[in-house]
Parts: sequence; C-alpha cells; structure tokens
Amino acid sequence: MAVPADKLKWMYETMIKIRHYEEAMVDAYGEGKYPVFNIGAGPVPGEMHLAAGQEPVAVGVCAHLRPDDTVTAPHRPHHHAIAKGVNLQRMTAEIFGKVDGLGKGKGGHMHLFDPEVKFSCGGIVAAGVPHAVGAALASTMQGRDSVAVAFIGEGAANAGAFHESLNLAALWKLPVIVVIEDNAYGISVPKPASTAVPTNEVRASAYGIPGVRVAGNDPVALYQVAQEAVDRARRGGGPTLIEVETDRYLGHFQGDPEVYRDKDEVVHLRQRDAIQAVRQQMVADGMATEEELQAMEQRAYQVVEEAYAFARQSPNPAGESALADVFAL
Amino acid sequence: MSVTSTQRMLTGNKAVAEAIAQEMERDPRVFVMGEDVGRYGGIFGATEGLFQRFGGERVRDTPISETGFIGAAIGAAAEGMRPIGELMFVDFFGVCMDQIYNQMAKIHYMSGGNVRLPMVLMTAVGGGYSDAAQHSQTLYATFAHMPGLKVVAPATPYDLKGMMTSAIRDDNPVLLMFHKQLQGLGWMAPIDASVGVVPEEPYTVPLGQAKVVREGRDLTIVGLQMSVHWALTAAARLADEGIEAEVVDLRSLVPLDKQTVVNSVRKTHRLLVVDEDYLSYGMTAEIAAMVAEQALYDLDAPIRRLAVPDVPIPYSHNLEKFVLPNPEKIYKQAKELAEQ
Ligand SMILES: Cc1ncc(C[n+]2csc(CCOP(=O)(O)OP(=O)(O)O)c2C)c(N)n1
Ligand SMILES: [Mg+2]
Repeated sequence: MAVPADKLKWMYETMIKIRHYEEAMVDAYGEGKYPVFNIGAGPVPGEMHLAAGQEPVAVGVCAHLRPDDTVTAPHRPHHHAIAKGVNLQRMTAEIFGKVDGLGKGKGGHMHLFDPEVKFSCGGIVAAGVPHAVGAALASTMQGRDSVAVAFIGEGAANAGAFHESLNLAALWKLPVIVVIEDNAYGISVPKPASTAVPTNEVRASAYGIPGVRVAGNDPVALYQVAQEAVDRARRGGGPTLIEVETDRYLGHFQGDPEVYRDKDEVVHLRQRDAIQAVRQQMVADGMATEEELQAMEQRAYQVVEEAYAFARQSPNPAGESALADVFAL
Repeated sequence: MSVTSTQRMLTGNKAVAEAIAQEMERDPRVFVMGEDVGRYGGIFGATEGLFQRFGGERVRDTPISETGFIGAAIGAAAEGMRPIGELMFVDFFGVCMDQIYNQMAKIHYMSGGNVRLPMVLMTAVGGGYSDAAQHSQTLYATFAHMPGLKVVAPATPYDLKGMMTSAIRDDNPVLLMFHKQLQGLGWMAPIDASVGVVPEEPYTVPLGQAKVVREGRDLTIVGLQMSVHWALTAAARLADEGIEAEVVDLRSLVPLDKQTVVNSVRKTHRLLVVDEDYLSYGMTAEIAAMVAEQALYDLDAPIRRLAVPDVPIPYSHNLEKFVLPNPEKIYKQAKELAEQ
C-alpha cells in the first residue's frame, strides 16, 4: 500500500513546517537567556521540550485524522499540534505568553488547548491517555465515528495511567489509538533502564488488543500502520497500540546538559533524517519536481515565520487577567 | 583570616546531597530512588555526585512510576530500610497521592504504632520562572493538612543539610520540600540566598523549630522558604523608613512551632503572614487562626495574609508576577499594617 501523492506531499510539507518551527524556537527560546542560562528569562520563559527529529510520528498518524478526531499530546507537543492543524499563530502567541495565545498566556508551551481541532496537551506524564479514552467514549456515546489518538513518550508507558487507560479502552472497545514515541530516553534515563520489556507494543497483548512497532523513524511505514489502526477504530473494532522508534535531536529540554549521552549519538541519528529521505523518495519516484518541493518548503517557512511574527506583535496580558477564567461564567 | 570548615559555602542542592551522602556513609539502610536521580544527579541537583559515589544499587533511577516507587519506598521502610524517594516536582503528587496520603501518612497510626516508616520523600517546590500551572506550585498546605506526615521546608543551605539529616534519622515519614530557586542551580536566576555557610561535618537541625531570622519591634512577618527571603528584603526597606519588622522562618509546617510565632506577636502586636501557596485553607489561615486562638488580645490590628489569590499559577511572566508574593507586595502590606 503506497502513500497517495497528496498525502505524502502533505506529510513532507508538514514535517518541514515542524522542523522549521522547532529550530526557530531554539533561537526564540534562547533570546535573553544567556550568557548564563536563566530559564525564567527572555520572550519564551519556562521549560521548553522540542521535537526536532520526531516529525515522522506526528505526520504518519495525523495524516489519517480529521478535525473532529481528538489528539492528546504530552509535554513535547509542537509536532503533534502542527500536524493536527492547531492554529499556529495562536499557538505561538501562547508560547510567547501573549493575549492572543490559545490560553491567553495562562497555559504556555506544555499546556496548549485548541478545541477547534480537538487538540490538547499537558505537563503530567501519561495524563493525556485517559483523556483520549474519554474522548473516544464520548464519540461512541454520541454516535459519531471520530477517533482519539493519545501520543506519549516511551517513558510514559511505565505510568499507571497508561495501563489503566489501555485496559479501559480495550474493555469498552473504544476508538482509541495510543502512539508511543520511543525516542530512547525519558529525560536522562535510557529505555532499557526503565522498561522491563525491550519494546512496548508487546504490552498490547496484556489487554488483548493489536500492538505494532514501527522501526527506523519511518513516516511511510507508520502511515500504513496508522491507517489500519484508524480504520479499525472508526469501524468500531477497538483500540490499537503503536510504538514508533524515533529520534530526539535536541536535549530533553532546552538547556539540558545531556551528560547521559554521547555527543556523536545525535550526529549519527541525524544521518537517517526522515525528512531528507522522504524528499529524495519523492524526487526518485517522480512524485514532485524540485520546483514543487521548493515551493512547499517556501510555503512551510512562510507560515512559520508569520506565526512567530504574529506572536511577537501580540500584547502581553494585563496582570489582573490572571484572576479570570478560574470558573466558567 | 583562616578559612575554617564552618565558613565553607555551599549551594542548596549541594547541601542536600551532602546530607544524603553522609547518612548513606553512616547507615547502610539509607538509599535513594527517583526519576533521574542517578547519573543526572536529580533535576534539581539534590542527588548530585551520589550515583558516582554509591552506585546504582543505592542510588536508583526509576521508571516514571511514582505510585510504584513511592509505594515501594513505603514497603522497604516497613522492612527496615531507610529510603529516600524523590518526587521530581511536588506538582506530580497527583499521580501517587494515595501512596502518600493514605499509605505513608496513615500506616503508623492504623497499626497502633506497630509499623514504622522511617523514610523521606523529597520534592521540589515553587515557581517564579514561568513553568506554569503544573510545575510551579508549593502545595505546602496540601501535605501539612494530612495527619501523620512531618512536612518541612528549609530556606537556607544550612537548614537544608541539617533538616535533611534529621529527616533521614527520623523514624517517621518526612516530606522534605526544597525550593527550586534556593537550590543554587546554574540554570535559574542566581539569588544570594541559594548559597550559604554549611559545615562539612554532619549535624542536625531539629524538625519543628521556627527561627526568628530578623528581630524587630513593629510587626511580625511569618513565612517559609522564598517568602522569608522576600520578607527580609522588604524588612530592609521598611527599616529605612523607621519600621522594624521581625521575620519568622517557620522552617517546618508539621510539627508547627506555634510558640515562636506567638512570642513574636506578643512582642510586635501585628502580624502579616506570607505564603507562596494558595490563599484559602492554607498556611496563612492556619497561622492566623492559631494566633487568634492564642494571642488575639495581643494584636493591635487585624492579621493580614498575602498568598497566591486562589488561581492556578499562570504561565506568562506578567500573570505569574501578579499572583506570586514578592518583596514589593510584602513591603506595601507591612507598611500599611504598621501604620494601622
Ligand atoms: C507524572 C510525572 N512524572 C514525572 C514528570 C517529569 N518528566 C517530564 S518529561 C519526563 C520524561 C518523559 O519521557 P518520555 O515519556 O519518554 O517522553 P520524552 O520526553 O522522551 O518525549 C519526565 C520524567 C512529569 N512531568 N510527570
Ligand atoms: Mg522518551
């Protein structure tokens, strides 16, 4: 099953957008923080978890999703948000803590909520998995055929919430897909030091549901696996667990000294960069001309640049507005 | 001038790590478990150097399974070990609160005193650097509310070391909160209070003794951790204007040293309580109620409270600044109170 040309082009352009977004964020986040790194300083303060290298996971799955499908993401959420079609300008404004942000500056980079495209994320590891189960439950109870996807890191597969949620989803045969991004580390802890099984898709068997592993950070292979999972969920066939081997190019957070991995590890990982591989494949297959590809790249860059420009010009919220939004009125 | 060991300066994180190291040397039952406590040395540096010194058997990186490893610390403590667990951010309590609230805090009592849990749960608290609602809380009162847990929150490197040592030696479960800004980490805005004199030799600071950190006659300011340091800054400014504030560092929420607070209020007749935790049902309310019970007629003015105004901690700098106490806000409240 080949990926249709329009889908592959969307995946490529979206991956470019994500990569450029994350690289631009490295710079924006760094503003005002040096010479002596100060996490609270600059236009984008606080923790920053970037997903450069993990683009394939987001696009391989979200290529099958509609705006009425739900995505819950973890603390490293930008790639999922972009692939799900979150309003990039308002997302960026949120990350800059501005009034036009998705959460009017209250949430920040780990807490992005865009109900328009049913996207949310959060800072508590594995907390989004039961939310996806609940979204799928609502979809079923309301007679819809929308599905819910929970993205988590491989470290989160050791949290109770993950296991409770899988059991619930399997028990109630809900349209949920749990996607584990195995980037080999939970902060500093390598997967073999935290996880009793070498790969997490085997854990699906504990709940009697299909489990599939996708190796090599391969968006095309994931596209196919995700297609089956999403189709099954839409048909009422219940949940699927997918683990994707992926690569984290940057630190766990920006400013991470990364004392726990060799410096050349990332150099090596970057050599199998999926974005370049997809580009080459499209050229080789005659799917897109060099001009078309450049136009896509140009468009992706522009959208990102516009989002940052929008965020920067948006005003800061007034202090007193901190008191609003505790309760619905 | 000769440099003696008592003049050695350490950051907060190194003070904590040294206390743990010395207790691990002294007592083979002591060990540490938590996320990234090994080679990384703890996200807030509380276990810096321990893995290299004691190895992975006694300094154990755990999966992201807080219910599992905090529960396991309880089980090991009941069997004669003296575990130290680290909950990386206090905000993550939600995923393991049963182990903390229903198990760790209650087992000694439910067993009629027959089961002891000599364990420490250490955790990072505090905001002020835009880490938003799920990573910036102090939650002092959430834990202090529950009978059966000692809850301590030292404000200086000296107290961090001495109180950690006491906590490890205590036969009760102790929740030791260290404040991120007081750890002296290279990646936070540097503040003077995060570095201080720490003797090299082991010593204890008792759990449950408040400390008058500045004497004054005109009003009493009670706080914990950052609010103590903010109060000291405010007090210096008040002093320029002829107002002498007495500042009390509670250091411990449970046990609570009521006497030190009451003695101070009897002297100054005015009380301002400052807290980096939420206002309602919190430490400020507890201190105010206690003083109303024990020293109401010593007060010359109503008690004032300054704390987070019952909203989650927002992300954006302006918003966070609006909700957190700071020296300026303390100064204003204190000045009004002194002139009331
Ligand atoms: C319940 C909880 N425990 C611990 C943390 C701290 N924490 C944040 S991210 C993280 C590692 C997550 O690893 P993984 O799930 O593999 O995701 P990755 O960061 O690799 O994308 C940890 C331990 C948290 N946010 N929530
Ligand atoms: Mg990971």
